[in-house]
Amino acid sequence: MSGARLFGPAWLTEGVKEALLQALVALILAVPLIGLKTVQEPGGLGLQTRWPAVAIAVACVFVGRLLLVIARHIWPPRPKAAHSPVVAARIRRFVRLLGPATIAFALLLPFLPFADRYVLDVSILVLTYVMLGWGLNIVVGLAGLLDLGYVAFYAVGAYSYALFAANFGLSFWACLPIAGALAATFGILLGFPVLRLRGDYLAIVTLGFGEMIRVILINWSSLTNGPRGISGIPRPDFFGVPFNPSPAPDASAFHTLFGIAYSPIQRVIFLYYLILVLALLTNLFTLRIRKLPVGRAWEALREDEIACRSLGINPTNTKLTAFAIGAMFAGFAGSFFATRQGFISPESFTFLESAIILAIVVLGGMGSQVGIVIAAIVLIGGPELVRELEEYRMLAFGGLMVLIMVWRPRGLLAFREPTIRLADFDRTARARSEPAATVP
Amino acid sequence: MPPFAPAAGGGNEQPTALLKVEHLTMRFGGLVAVDDVSFEAPNAGITAIIGPNGAGKTTVFNCLTGFYKPSVGRLTLSHPRRGPLYLERMEGFRIPQVAGVARTFQNVRLFGGMSVLENLIVAQHNELMHASFFSLAGLLGLGRYRRAEAKAVERARYWLDRVGLTARADWDAANLPYGEQRRLEIARAMCSQPVLLCLDEPAAGLNPRESSDLNRLLIGIRDEQRIGILLIEHDMSVVMGISDKIVVLDHGRQIAEGEPRQVRADPAVIRAYLGEDENEDLPPEVARDLARDGGSA
Amino acid sequence: MEYFLQQLINGLTLGAIYGLIAIGYTMVYGIIGMINFAHGEVYMIGAFISLITFLVLSMLGVGWLPLALLIVLASAMFFTAVYGWVLERVAYRPLRQSPRLAALISAIGMSIFLQNYVQVAQGARVKPLPPLIGGGINLMEREGFVVQLSYLQIIIIVLTIALMVTFSLLINHTRLGRAQRACQEDLKMAALVGINVDRTISTTFVIGAALAAVAGMMVTLYYGVIDFFIGFLAGIKAFTAAVLGGIGSLPGAMLGGVLIGLIEVFWSAYFTIEYKDVAAFSILVLVLIFRPTGLLGRPEVEKV
Repeated sequence: MSGARLFGPAWLTEGVKEALLQALVALILAVPLIGLKTVQEPGGLGLQTRWPAVAIAVACVFVGRLLLVIARHIWPPRPKAAHSPVVAARIRRFVRLLGPATIAFALLLPFLPFADRYVLDVSILVLTYVMLGWGLNIVVGLAGLLDLGYVAFYAVGAYSYALFAANFGLSFWACLPIAGALAATFGILLGFPVLRLRGDYLAIVTLGFGEMIRVILINWSSLTNGPRGISGIPRPDFFGVPFNPSPAPDASAFHTLFGIAYSPIQRVIFLYYLILVLALLTNLFTLRIRKLPVGRAWEALREDEIACRSLGINPTNTKLTAFAIGAMFAGFAGSFFATRQGFISPESFTFLESAIILAIVVLGGMGSQVGIVIAAIVLIGGPELVRELEEYRMLAFGGLMVLIMVWRPRGLLAFREPTIRLADFDRTARARSEPAATVP
Repeated sequence: MPPFAPAAGGGNEQPTALLKVEHLTMRFGGLVAVDDVSFEAPNAGITAIIGPNGAGKTTVFNCLTGFYKPSVGRLTLSHPRRGPLYLERMEGFRIPQVAGVARTFQNVRLFGGMSVLENLIVAQHNELMHASFFSLAGLLGLGRYRRAEAKAVERARYWLDRVGLTARADWDAANLPYGEQRRLEIARAMCSQPVLLCLDEPAAGLNPRESSDLNRLLIGIRDEQRIGILLIEHDMSVVMGISDKIVVLDHGRQIAEGEPRQVRADPAVIRAYLGEDENEDLPPEVARDLARDGGSA
Repeated sequence: MEYFLQQLINGLTLGAIYGLIAIGYTMVYGIIGMINFAHGEVYMIGAFISLITFLVLSMLGVGWLPLALLIVLASAMFFTAVYGWVLERVAYRPLRQSPRLAALISAIGMSIFLQNYVQVAQGARVKPLPPLIGGGINLMEREGFVVQLSYLQIIIIVLTIALMVTFSLLINHTRLGRAQRACQEDLKMAALVGINVDRTISTTFVIGAALAAVAGMMVTLYYGVIDFFIGFLAGIKAFTAAVLGGIGSLPGAMLGGVLIGLIEVFWSAYFTIEYKDVAAFSILVLVLIFRPTGLLGRPEVEKV
C-alpha cells in the first residue's frame, strides 16, 4: 500500500514496471546491433562502440511506453464497434465528398502557385503509385488474389515500351496498347498454372515469378542490356508534337503550336496530366467493372470460392481475367514510367516495389479506391518530404506498415459500397420506365 | 402463379427419374465413405437422404455437385432440355452451370461481405455473362446488359419475397441472423434456376417455427417450380413431413429406400438409428414406436 | 567424379544451412498458418550478431577457437531469439484475429524494417571476416583435383545433425513439444484443454529464431562475408525448402533444405551460375503446382 502511495496510483506503478521491462528488452536488442558497430579498419573489421545511441533507444522505449500507459489511462480505448452503421455512413459521406474534391484538386494542381517542378515530380510519382495501386486492387482487393510479384508486369510494360520504341521507332501512343497487351499476356501465362493455389502459397509463387523476371532482365543482356539498363528512351510528345526548345524551322513544337514561350516545365505538366488520365481510367474501369458480372464474380470468389463453384462460376477463368486485367494496367503504368524516366534498369523492379504497391492497397483499406489514394500519399509522398533523412526513409516505411496494420488491420478506409441496392434500383427503374404508374 | 415458372417441358410428367445414381462409391485412401449406393430421385419430388452421423450423406452430395470425383459409379441427370448428362464426367463448376444442379452447404457458405441482393445476382452469373457478352456490353454501357440486370433483380426480388428477406436486401449477408442466412442460401441456389436442388441439412439450427416455414417453402418450390429436391436432414419432422421418398445410409452403405411409411417401419433403419445392441433387447413394437415418436416430434 | 563429389559436399553444407532456416518457417506456418516473412531477416540478424561477437572476442583476446565458437553460438542464439520473440509480440500477436492479409503485410513491413535497421545501424557495405577455421580432410586426389571436406563443413554438418536430433527429441518427448503439436492441430481446441497458446507460439518463434541464428553463424564462417541483404534470398530459398519438404513437417524442412542446397550447387556447377536463383524459384513453382503438400507433408482434403 505504501508503495502505491509513494509511486502514485497502482496503474502508474504497473505502467512503470511494464515500461522498465520493455526498456530492458530494448536494451538487449540494442546492445549488439546499435551499441557495437562494425567498421572497416586497415587491419580488417573492427568495432566501434556507440553507447549513447543505445541509451537514447532504451530511453525512447521507456518514455514511449510510459506515455502510452498514461494516454490509455486518460483516454481509455473504446471498445471497437466493428462496422457500426453510423460510422460506416459517416465514412461513406466523407468519401463521397472526398473523391470529387481530390479529383478537382488534382486537375488544378499544376496551376496552383506552389506547384513548382519539385511538387510536380513528387505528384507524378504519387500518381504512378496510385495507378499501380488501383491496378493491383483489381487483383488483391476485388478478386482476393495475393500477388507479391506485381512489379513483374510493371517491368514488362516498361521494357516493352523501351524496346519497341528503340528498335522499331514506335511512338508512345502506339506502344501503350502493346505494352498493356504484353503485360496481360504475361499475366495469363504466369497465372494459369498457379491460380488454384491458396492465398499464401499464391503470394510466394508470384513473388518467385517477380524475382525470376528480374533475374532474366539482368542476365538476358542481348535483349535488355543487362544490369546497365536501357537509356535514351524517347520522351513522349504532345500527340505527335514534340517538346523541343529549338525546333527545326519547318517543324513545330509544343510551344510554337500554342504560341507560348518554351519552358521545360511544359513537358512535366504534360506528364502529370498523362499519368492523371491513365490513373483515372484505371479507376473508372474498376468502378464500372464492379457492377458487371465479372466484377461481382471476382468479389464473390474473394468471399468464398467453394460457393462460387457451386453456382457454376468458373474459378480459373474468373481469376485469370482479374490477373490479366491487373497486369494490363501495370503494363500501362510501366510504359509511362519508362517514358518519364528515359532510362530503365532491372534495379527499378525489385520485390520492394511489389511490397510497396501491395502495402498501398492493403493499408488504404482493401478495395477502397479513395483509401488507396490516401495510402499512396502517406507512403510515397510522406517519405519524399524527408528526403534528407534518406537512410531512415525505408526504415520508417517498414515501421509505418507494421504500425498501420496493428492499428487498423482492415486498412485506413475499410468499407465496401454494395454494387447495387434494391432501393436505388427501384427508384431509377420507376423514374425511367413508367412515371404514369404513380397515377392511381 | 410464379413469374419464373420453369421453362421445363410443360405438363407431361417424365416417366424417367430426374436423377439416377448407380453404384456410387467413394474411397479416400483406404476409407470407403460411400459404398455402392444406388437410388433415384424423381422430378418435382422431394427425396431425403438420412442416416446417422458419418453415414456418407454429405459425400454423396459432394459427388453429385462435383466437389469429389466418384471412385466408381454413374450419376445420370435427365435434364429436361439437355437430355441425359453424366455428372461424374463433368468438371466441378460445369455441373451447376450446365446440368443445373444447385446446392447449399451444411455450414452456410454465403458471400458474407456482399449484400443479400448481390448474393442473388452472383447466382445468376452465367446468364448475365451471356447477356452482356462476357461483361463487354456492360463496360460499353449498352442497354442490353441493363435489361438483363433488371431481369436478374426481378428474379432476386421474387426469391427474396419467397424467403421473407426483401427488407434485408441491402444488408451485408454476414450480418443476417443464422436462420435468415440459411434461407438466403436457398434463395441463392434457386436464383441459379436449377433443375435439381440439393440441400445439406437446411433445418439445422432452426427453431420449430422456422423449421415449419422451411417445410412450406420446400413444398412450394417442389409444386410450383416442378424441380427435384434432394435433402440431407436430421430433423425427422422435416424429413417425414415433406419427403416423397427417403434413402437411408449407414456407414456408407444404403440400407433402405422407399416412401416415408415403408422406411419408418424398416427394421434395418431402426437398428441403424437405435444401435445394434440395444435394439436386440427391445421388442420390435417398442422399437417401432420409438422410431415413430422420433418421426412425429 | 571428383568434381561431382566435391559439389555434393558443398551442396550438403549449404543444404544444412537452408534446412535450419526452413525449420523456422515450417514451425510457424504449422502453428499459426502464416508465412513469417521476416524470418529471413532474423537469420540475417543472427549472422550479424555472430560477426559482432567474433569481433568482441578477438578484441578481448579469447584465442582458443572451440571456446570462441561456443560463446558465439550462445550469444547469437540468445540475442536473435530475443529478436524473434519481440517480432512476434510486436508485429504478429496483435493481428492474430485479423484478416490474414493484414498479418502478411505486417510481416513484410517488419522485414523491410529489420533490413533497414541493420543497414542504418551497421552500414550498407559488405562485412568480411577472415577465415577462422582452415584446413580439412583430403578425401581423394586425382590429376591434381582434390576433393576436400573442410573442417568447417564437418562442423556445420555435425552441428546441424546434433541440433536436429535435440530438436526432434524436444518436439516428440517434452511438454512443450506436445503443446506445440496440439497447437498445430487446432489452436482453439488447444486453448480449451488448457494449453497456454500465447506462450507456445512465443516459444515457437524463439526456437525458430535461435535455429536461424545458428544458420547465420554458419554462413558468416562459411562464406566469410555478409551484408544486410542476405536475408531476402536465403529466406525465399528456405521457404522453398519448407514447401518442398512439406510445410508443417520438421524432417521435411531438413530434407527440403538439403535438396535445395544440392540443386543450387549442382545447377551452378553444371549449368549457369547466373540463373541459380531462378532454379530455386522454378522448383518452388513446380512443387506447388504438382505436389502442394510437399514430399513429407500430410495430404489435405478440401472441406466442403
